[in-house]
Amino acid sequence: MNNQLQTHQAANQLQMQKIRARRPFLSIASEKILEVIIRISGVSAIVFVLAIFFFIFREAIPITFSENFNIFEFLFSTAWYPTSAVDVRYGTFALTVGSLSITFLSVLIALPFGIGAAIYVSEFCGPRLKETLKITIELLAAIPSVVWGFIGITIMSKVIVAVTGAPIGVNLLNGSIILALMSVPIIVSIGEDALKAVPDSFREAALAQGATKWQLIYRVLIPAAKNGLLAAVLLGVGRAVGETMAVLMATGHAVAIPTGLVDPIRTLTANIAAELGEAPTKSDHYRVLFLTGVLLFCITFIINLTADFVVRGIRGKK
Amino acid sequence: MRKNALYICRFSVLCLAALLCLQCSKPKSVLSRVIQIKGSDTMVNLVQAWVETFKAVDSTIIIEVSGGGSGVGIAAIERGAVDIATASRNIKSKEAEAVKKNTGKDPVEFIVAYDALAVFVHKDNPMDEITIEQLARIFGIENNVTTWSELGVKLPGVKKDKIIRISRQSSSGTYEFFREKVLNKKDFRLGSCDMNGSKEVVELIGSTKTAIGYSGMGYATESIKMLKVKKTDHDTAYAPTIENTMSKKYPLARSLQMYTLGEPRGVTKTFIDWIKSDAGQSLVGDNGFVPCKVLSGAAPLVQ
Repeated sequence: MNNQLQTHQAANQLQMQKIRARRPFLSIASEKILEVIIRISGVSAIVFVLAIFFFIFREAIPITFSENFNIFEFLFSTAWYPTSAVDVRYGTFALTVGSLSITFLSVLIALPFGIGAAIYVSEFCGPRLKETLKITIELLAAIPSVVWGFIGITIMSKVIVAVTGAPIGVNLLNGSIILALMSVPIIVSIGEDALKAVPDSFREAALAQGATKWQLIYRVLIPAAKNGLLAAVLLGVGRAVGETMAVLMATGHAVAIPTGLVDPIRTLTANIAAELGEAPTKSDHYRVLFLTGVLLFCITFIINLTADFVVRGIRGKK
Repeated sequence: MRKNALYICRFSVLCLAALLCLQCSKPKSVLSRVIQIKGSDTMVNLVQAWVETFKAVDSTIIIEVSGGGSGVGIAAIERGAVDIATASRNIKSKEAEAVKKNTGKDPVEFIVAYDALAVFVHKDNPMDEITIEQLARIFGIENNVTTWSELGVKLPGVKKDKIIRISRQSSSGTYEFFREKVLNKKDFRLGSCDMNGSKEVVELIGSTKTAIGYSGMGYATESIKMLKVKKTDHDTAYAPTIENTMSKKYPLARSLQMYTLGEPRGVTKTFIDWIKSDAGQSLVGDNGFVPCKVLSGAAPLVQ
């Protein structure tokens, strides 16, 4: 009887082993292939970023070794004459001031609207209105930037001339308003997520202490969601700095340092977009435009780094 | 779940394979009946009108047209990337050398139409005539004029009468032609609004009371006024019309040309021959430009 049980158990074990060993080959192979594909996809993101850095630096660097190129003139001169017949000069200072001024002004306009809308959607809305608002705001984000450029050059220019009496409708203010309209959906989406992430216990504790709604928002929620809100604003800034098509059309594309809000300007991004097509490959003009791209990278990098330090500073204080 | 992923993988691989097969099975002879044209923004509407009408002559030839500016077109033909480059300015000797160096062929020029470079102001601007010297003082770097009152012009209903200059980007043949003819190859003064296309210049001037700019005469609209141009104060001022351009009385008349790599052959030759024939040239006037010659049997030009 025992012997029979033992052989039966042994036979079962052998059977089980055979079942375990005989998993279909195709399923093992396909699982490994998918794992490799996913791993390559993950690494490829880093590879692409490094490749882009490498490509841009490689195209730009040779000009810095040329004799008639001066890096200080490039950074601090306002004379941008790449196709001059008499005196070729590459000075990007006016363009840099244009980029920075439009970014600063658009963030200034977008911040109250973006954060305000985020607070409204998160704290004051009923559920149905919240859903509608979120969908509408996300629709704003889906509008292509060239359409924003059209709006800037046709509608917004007339509005600006009518309201401010400006001599020309395409200017710094026009570009900033358009960029603000493009950044607001990003600020609202991420800001609203940040506010949603604050636990309800904070709100309940504040209300229990007798805080009004405004005190609750100003003194409890915004400090608690500071990191997320800052991340939202930074993403908005990133969009504003890198935007090309809309600013090309809406700012008037004039190489000049703005003395007022309604002066036409030109940004670094729009400059590259307008001129790269006609610059013969590997010529000096071509390389200087790539160097402008490197300059843009540096500006974005400095903005992100400062923001990182600020966020870390806030986190450190906590 | 794994089975679904597998089905998706297999299906997408099959789709890719099918697409590749379709691509490869396209007969080679189809590709040789394609003409790539790139270049002048001034000429892009005219070239598209030619392409549309040419379809009735030979519908098997596929012609692809894009703008970007004369500079873009010439840069493309330097790389040998297009069959025809259109330009509203002449090719420079440096560029012709680059074409020879990169492709081994010389660029061949064909003048396909003439154009008058018109100076536009807002329709409420009381100014009627302007000299080349005044234009140079407005747009150039020497001896500048920055306000309308310095020119003796009083604009109605305007508080700040600073002259707003509307120009083109440096890839434009119109920009180059203006710089050569008006500024004597010297630089433009920075601070002008540099627009992308000929039409944008006119639209912006039409909505800006204190603006002045230049573009092809075919782009005129109701909200602007074209100034008569005179070489010096003592000369007669001529308006940019077809007659004045053909007789070369208008000082800013220019030729519009097409460049090919070496002598054109095959479908490119057919197209260019058709453009220069009466059939092609009859479209030039309708598009706001000046034909190369008075068309045989056409009514006398009366403006």
